[in-house]
Amino acid sequence: MTTLIDLEAHLRARRDAGQKLLVPYVTGGLGSNWVNVLRAMAAAGADAIEIGIPFSDPVMDGPTIQEASQRALDLGATPLGILAQVADLDVGVPLVAMTYYNIVFRTGHRRFARTLADVGVSGAIVPDIPLEESLDWTRAADDAGIATVLLASPVTPDDRLVRICERSRGFVYGVSLMGITGERASLAESAGVMAKRLKAVTDKPVLLGFGVSSAQHAVEAARQADGVVVASALMRRVLDGGTPEQVGALVGELRAALDGM
Amino acid sequence: MSAMAEPAEGGRFGEFGGLFLPESLVPACQELEAGFRTAWADAGFRDEYFGILRDYAGRPTPVTECHRLSERLGVRVLLKREDLTHTGSHKINNVIGQALLTRRMGKQRVIAETGAGQHGVATATACALFGLDCVVYMGEVDVERQALNVFRMKLLGAEVRPVGSGSRTLKDAINEAMRDWVASVESTHYCLGSVMGPHPYPWMVREFQRIIGEEARDQCRAILDGDDPDYVVACVGGGSNAAGTFAGFVDTRSKLIGVEPAGGAAIGHGVPGVVHGSKSFLLQDEHGQVLEAHSISAGLDYPGVGPEHAYLSSIGRARYVAAADGEVLEALQLLARTEGIIPALEPAHAVAWLVRAAGTDELPAGSTVMLTMSGRGDKDAEQVMGLLG
Repeated sequence: MTTLIDLEAHLRARRDAGQKLLVPYVTGGLGSNWVNVLRAMAAAGADAIEIGIPFSDPVMDGPTIQEASQRALDLGATPLGILAQVADLDVGVPLVAMTYYNIVFRTGHRRFARTLADVGVSGAIVPDIPLEESLDWTRAADDAGIATVLLASPVTPDDRLVRICERSRGFVYGVSLMGITGERASLAESAGVMAKRLKAVTDKPVLLGFGVSSAQHAVEAARQADGVVVASALMRRVLDGGTPEQVGALVGELRAALDGM
Repeated sequence: MSAMAEPAEGGRFGEFGGLFLPESLVPACQELEAGFRTAWADAGFRDEYFGILRDYAGRPTPVTECHRLSERLGVRVLLKREDLTHTGSHKINNVIGQALLTRRMGKQRVIAETGAGQHGVATATACALFGLDCVVYMGEVDVERQALNVFRMKLLGAEVRPVGSGSRTLKDAINEAMRDWVASVESTHYCLGSVMGPHPYPWMVREFQRIIGEEARDQCRAILDGDDPDYVVACVGGGSNAAGTFAGFVDTRSKLIGVEPAGGAAIGHGVPGVVHGSKSFLLQDEHGQVLEAHSISAGLDYPGVGPEHAYLSSIGRARYVAAADGEVLEALQLLARTEGIIPALEPAHAVAWLVRAAGTDELPAGSTVMLTMSGRGDKDAEQVMGLLG
């Protein structure tokens, strides 16, 4: 069994040592190679890795993640099948499952949380569970030792931002813009504001995601935040036929850029 | 307390409902709830809303007694004629309310999803009336089978955006509308067309459709010497005309029947799940992936159902049955020939159940039935012509 790494302690230690945090994303079940993509991401210097568990109706996702999810589903990917594939991995950095609530609800809160713990996944991001609806899941997750990462948005009011930060575990996920996931030409202006607002109210690691599409974006975002989540730019490479090595090289570029700050 | 009162905190109807959305949309839904609550308690808002429904949409709609159909089936059939409203379906009741709210909230842009195109046409109509910008998302399959409604929306000044993802029907149109809304929520109101989605939509849309049931109850009592009908029947996709109809009869002795399409019977064949913002019955596989619905009717081609219907079913206050495509086509022709009313394919599902159940234990001979004729059949004429060869 893979060891369950404490997500928040792991990220805090690296941040406090002066490192900017890099969390790449991979869609679980996308081709027979996806586990090798995950391994390559770890080898290239990821501080944690998000594993997307595909859902048929991903309303928060843009064309790239939609396509990646649909292809994985067409290839027969299932939530428990994907998780079973990471059970024997020991990549040395924490893994975080990212999915939509119906997958969790249908599997069962406790069964889903226990499965994550059993296969060594440390955290979960479920973007369509807002604070008010989070209790059923967080009770099960807390009991199983799974860190539930909550998202904050540019339109989240101040008082609500504080409550989100208090309830979030592992790190706080700052949504950098009003919109869905996907590559953008430039980093949104709202990104810096989002990071500053979060840093003002929490000591937990603050990561920015959504639209972080290049090494330059990552550096810009990490000026205010503790780090970044990068998904669509990497999955675009996978969808275009990129090998695990090529995707790993892309992660390596992001790593080098962040380390050069 | 009425079984169709205001939902509990967080928008709950029993265990169903709620608000399951990304954080970026939560403040907008909370603002909408507060805005609707204040407006609905404001006599000025209500006067304007009912005034527009009267002077523009043609309310009240009549209740028609179907003498020849009644004789044929051995039950007494009354139709609530939402097909006679401006734009040809009950959808106008909801969009007038939401357009007024949009203006009240100071927003200029409206987005909507549509299946059969009735809600899209109604939204485009209300936006033209109020001078609002309008974008309607519609699955590519529906764009093809409802070409006439696509053209009507364009004539009314709306932009129709075809959706090519997933099953390319209503479910995917909603996904795409939500993706638009996440990026535009500060200037845009999402005018959802049914009693589904996150709180406050199921409650708000039911309240805007309540007028169907309130009118029909009084009209039935006038016809039935003060009595209520034994049965009240309406078709259910998301379930807005049924919710509005049931709201008027839930506190009477009438038995409530919702008719789902056989290929999209969320209550009949679904299990609890969460999609598009609320918890309800949902057609899905064992892993939680949402399944595609398959119905002759674009307006009912949806794998979920409004959460209040899930609740009414769970407490036994309403019963949900299904009608198959073939019997729906038969029923459509029967109503046309016996009463001179060509129904839309959606309410033809309710008629199909009526025809099948009349004279059985489900609907004993001699019963009185009030059925909501939610829309007229013009939009489906070409499709039906093709199907009947």
